[in-house]
Amino acid sequence: MTLANYLVLASILFTIGATTVLVRRNAIIVFLGIELMLNSANLAFVTFARMHGDLTGQVVAFFVMVVAAAEVVVGLAIIVAIYRTRRSASVDDVNLLKS
Amino acid sequence: MSALLSLGGVAAGPVGTALADTGRTSSAEAVLFWVIGPVMVLAALGLLFARRTVYAAMSVVVVMICLAVLYVAQEAPFLGVVQVVVYTGAVMMLFLFVLMLVGVDPSDSLTETIKGQRWISALLGIGLGVVLVSVVLNAGDFASRGLEAANTETNPVGVAQVIFGDFVFDLQVVGILLVTAALGALVLTHRERITRRIGQRERSEARILAGETLTPLPAPGVYARSNAMDVPALGPDGRPLDASVSRVLRVRGQERAVEEVHLDATAAGAARHLRDADEGLGGPEGVGSTPPQRSITGEEQVR
Repeated sequence: MTLANYLVLASILFTIGATTVLVRRNAIIVFLGIELMLNSANLAFVTFARMHGDLTGQVVAFFVMVVAAAEVVVGLAIIVAIYRTRRSASVDDVNLLKS
Repeated sequence: MSALLSLGGVAAGPVGTALADTGRTSSAEAVLFWVIGPVMVLAALGLLFARRTVYAAMSVVVVMICLAVLYVAQEAPFLGVVQVVVYTGAVMMLFLFVLMLVGVDPSDSLTETIKGQRWISALLGIGLGVVLVSVVLNAGDFASRGLEAANTETNPVGVAQVIFGDFVFDLQVVGILLVTAALGALVLTHRERITRRIGQRERSEARILAGETLTPLPAPGVYARSNAMDVPALGPDGRPLDASVSRVLRVRGQERAVEEVHLDATAAGAARHLRDADEGLGGPEGVGSTPPQRSITGEEQVR
């Protein structure tokens, strides 16, 4: 087994996350798909760090985690705010911009 | 934590040398990967296909814990711990809290609003997967150095030296970002009160004016073989009282019928007969027991 296995695993996870974002319509599940994509990118970063013998990859993955945490806070707050006004967490029901 | 770190250190030792010499990982790590990898892919597919949002969230938790294990195996014990604490501990619990706030939402129905969206999405997903995997497999050179040299002073120290050396400015920017996000969440979830506060007195007055049931709703039924919330009580006329079962159970379709638990076959049969008669004829409203109301309109009282 080489380190390519980890990269393939990260690719598969990224693909599943992206497909989730495209297919599902519950806003929370779409959000979870985005989290999955971020995590698979982190796995790739950690693998690259090991490949190059340089800890910078791990540090970048760390920063990705921090930014993802901030993103989750704001995104979930938006979902809650939309749910309060629209009584629904489905991304199809959010058509406020449609005149 | 120190045990975990030393575990990472022990795992890193032989793995690093083998990796640097041959470019292949140790067989122990291969076994770990082939155990963890399928579990992760299955859990990720659970996110894609799970009907209930809570199941999807829990499968993502599984993926994240497995990722933490892989991080530790990949000589990144610090990130493994951070993954468990930040992602599994904080982010996923935040997701579950929001799920609790939003509640059981039937919005994720199967009907497509955009025609053919699912097939196009599946095609795009498969295409993306094929492209990514083929790029990785065709990349060719996977000569690996391992992190032995970088991790000589333990992994957290090495990571800290990079963060507070090369990335110190980025760290401060990220700190500002976190404060901004916290403020943003406060602002987004803040609700300005634009109407008068509705307290207990206003609620009771509105209830009396609306002519609703003033007394508490009837308690669920107590039978010889069941004393649970999901069985309706019988009214004085022998009809099952629908209002005696919690609305949530009725929405989920988890209520049981009287005849399933009633020992007295004649009484149960009578209850069923009366209920069927009510449903068939649409018996007089408000006479005797509550008329059976199978369609939940959302306007009912939450008990």
